[in-house]
Amino acid sequence: MQSDDFSNPGMLWVARGEKLWMTPAGGSGKSCATCHTEASQGMKGVATRYPAMDPGSARLVNIEGRINLCRARHQQVEAFQYESEELLALTAYVAHQSRGMPVKIEIDAQNRRHFDRGRDLYNRRIGQMNLSCAQCHDQNWGKKLLTDTISQGHGNAYPIYRLEWQNAGSLHRRFRNCLYGVRAELLPAGSAEFLDLELFLAWRARGLPLETPGVRR
Amino acid sequence: MLAIVLIPREARRGEIIPIRIAIQHPMETGFRPDNFGRRIPKNVINSLVCRYNGVEIFRAEMGSGIAANPQLQFYTVAQKSGDIIFEWVDDAGQAGGERAALTVSG
Amino acid sequence: MPTRRRFLATLTAIAGAPFAARAVPAQADGRDFLIRQVTGGGALVREGRVKVDTPELADNGHSVPLRVIVDSPMTATDYVRSVTLLAERNPRPIVATFSLGPWAGRAEIFTRIRLADTQEVLALAQLSDGSYWSGTAKVIVTELACLDGS
Repeated sequence: MQSDDFSNPGMLWVARGEKLWMTPAGGSGKSCATCHTEASQGMKGVATRYPAMDPGSARLVNIEGRINLCRARHQQVEAFQYESEELLALTAYVAHQSRGMPVKIEIDAQNRRHFDRGRDLYNRRIGQMNLSCAQCHDQNWGKKLLTDTISQGHGNAYPIYRLEWQNAGSLHRRFRNCLYGVRAELLPAGSAEFLDLELFLAWRARGLPLETPGVRR
Repeated sequence: MLAIVLIPREARRGEIIPIRIAIQHPMETGFRPDNFGRRIPKNVINSLVCRYNGVEIFRAEMGSGIAANPQLQFYTVAQKSGDIIFEWVDDAGQAGGERAALTVSG
Repeated sequence: MPTRRRFLATLTAIAGAPFAARAVPAQADGRDFLIRQVTGGGALVREGRVKVDTPELADNGHSVPLRVIVDSPMTATDYVRSVTLLAERNPRPIVATFSLGPWAGRAEIFTRIRLADTQEVLALAQLSDGSYWSGTAKVIVTELACLDGS
């Protein structure tokens, strides 16, 4: 379902993202294409390096965050809400340009702090179930939870189209599902903790090809 | 409403060609609650028509049993060059459409 | 009844309630009733000529791929007029009706459907001579462990 572009419903979000890419927004009258021109060239490989440090603010941003920074700095228009149709579509479109390319994350002095925090969260037992990410996705992947096969917990296909959601969704939405699963406090999508975790997961998935848009149960 | 129509660009006269469409639509069943526990009203694409050079070649009357972001595939015999046009409407009265051009040789 | 047991019983009742309300009992005459609704009365429906192709085990009831193939020459005098999909354990059992004609060349339709439960999906085809033919496919719908509760 994922490998056939027509059967993959995520491609509808990619197609919508392409339209948004071309559409001028905000006071600047600029579209993404005004600065970046062809996404197929300018955006190729970009998603393999995210989340990355934003030099301007010295903050860790993922693709969603980068799009919203562009909207604020260059388009002079309000940010898209996290998990909105538009942000999912543009993120999927940008990440899709790197499909098949290996994840390439390097940990350096700038992002080390975020990486350490992300790794710590990944290995920390949380929630009423007292489970860490690692207990499912490192120690028990491949085993069954009811009829689900426990995944290795990689984020290289996001945003994905999830049959259960009947919709496309972000990696942070999936994080929230996991937190709910272990009965932990739900963090907001786009939160600092989730960004740190996203960085750790990207490092952990280095070498794996990007699959965006993925299709999952 | 965004849709992707997939047909062969070219066909020989008399050839049976596949016609595919995917539409971005939640196909709300009317049974799901939103985040505040309120029931989301039913809203599905209830009717879809496909015309080939103005002649209706396929029609679908659909309910909430069709999956979200519906996909359809059917066939038609290539006759002459022209447009394959889809039109549909949902329970909220929103209409959508998409077209694709077919070149027929022979 | 000890308090704890009563508490558990209540809890089970509460937890079970939405599922109980959702489950449509499989009535012996449910399918016949549906078919009568579609055919508009006493038409004879014969088994055969209709093939329903689905995975035996659906990962998910939200999107089950389904292909219907009707054995028909699709000529001007002998063709398939319509195909109706019935899923009797769905809250709305009439899934869709597709209209086609001899111009289709091939009586084959693919779509993705929702199934509320493990059940037999029935496709009902009306041919150009007015006759009805049907075919079925059993689909087992599996459940998820990690649900989106966020």
